[in-house]
Amino acid sequence: MPCEQTENQLHGYLDGELDPVSAANFEKHLESCPDCKQTLAAEEALHQSIQKANLYERAPESLRKSLLGKPQQSPAVRPFPAPRVFAWQWLAAAAVFLLAVLVGWQQLQKPRGVSEAQLMAASLVDAHLRSLQPGHLTDVESTDQHTVKPWFDGRIDFAPPVHDFAADGFPLLGGRLDVADGRTVAALVYARRKHIINVFVEKSLSENYWKGAGESQGYHWLAWQQSGFTLCAVSDVSPADLAQLQQLIQAQ
Amino acid sequence: MLEGEDRARFEAIVLPHLDAAFNLARWLLRNRTDAEDVTQDAVVRAFRAFGTYRSGNARAWLLQIVRNTCFTWLRQNRMAAEFMEFDETTMPQESENPETLALAGSDREQLTRALEELPESFREILVLRELEGCSYKEIAEITSRPIGTVMSALARARGQLRTALSNPAPKEARRAV
Repeated sequence: MPCEQTENQLHGYLDGELDPVSAANFEKHLESCPDCKQTLAAEEALHQSIQKANLYERAPESLRKSLLGKPQQSPAVRPFPAPRVFAWQWLAAAAVFLLAVLVGWQQLQKPRGVSEAQLMAASLVDAHLRSLQPGHLTDVESTDQHTVKPWFDGRIDFAPPVHDFAADGFPLLGGRLDVADGRTVAALVYARRKHIINVFVEKSLSENYWKGAGESQGYHWLAWQQSGFTLCAVSDVSPADLAQLQQLIQAQ
Repeated sequence: MLEGEDRARFEAIVLPHLDAAFNLARWLLRNRTDAEDVTQDAVVRAFRAFGTYRSGNARAWLLQIVRNTCFTWLRQNRMAAEFMEFDETTMPQESENPETLALAGSDREQLTRALEELPESFREILVLRELEGCSYKEIAEITSRPIGTVMSALARARGQLRTALSNPAPKEARRAV
């Protein structure tokens, strides 16, 4: 009968995945457990034979060429030479062109001049983009609203509404402070499938009293007023997803 | 859509993991020719989805797309695949001598066969860990499993591999897996 530790920790130990304390504890356990010692030796032998058998199979040259279009002239310097253009890339280019024409035409239909809301939204979209840079997403990283909410205490002069909506497909990832249009705002970070949504929250003042929805730099935004706060959700998810999140926040 | 700069970024960030992509596909599909087609398909998908790639682990991101593409392909081709099990005749015919079997662990053909006969999920986790050297965290990300279950799944996969190496399944039984 194998030892319980075999199931729990032996593989983590073998793979160097235990934290130092657990690894030390496991080593101590090994000294007194012949079963684990034997299993570990067998697993190490298996690992060695897999490594020796050289089972890794590299991508064939034909695959590399079909993805890159040309044979490699000087792999050391240019491992990935300029690719041949796939048919679908032409289609993609055509789609982009059509979209540009469409967007341009829509812009012409709108009254001249940029509205207040668009300016507000643009600064928040910029903040959203900054947050996507490595290490910028959250100051407090937690899916627990009871960790995130108190974090804002003393950092900002209001208590933003913080709720986790994991059950509805919008798990809370954390929060941070951000600056938009010269004002400090609270940012709540949610995930939607593989996408990130920033919900910016600030106290409603005459200069930031705004609402609406729109698009800027390919990102959707949705702003609304709620119990003395101005909230604005920004993301590359669909406007419908943003509306769903808005409803969830408003229902709290 | 990706052009110019993004294309260059894709080539610099994602394509260095082409070997990893192919290796995973080869072991999941148990066939180099299919692996080549499916890897190509997966890379094109990755290229299209590159807009959603956030800075992070590009290998794990690509491998996740590769394994999903493989499983979709396997589902679509499962009927056909059942009649097209890998060709026994290309495998060296091992003797049934127990001593030969005991040496199985050091034998590339034996290991290949044992690995190919494991259920897909076990094969996948062993390839990611033993061949690709992925961390538990990466495996969790690629296979969309909680990190806590990766270690126990690995333990079971290794146990099955050792069993398969010590008692190779009879040829008739293999097809039923």
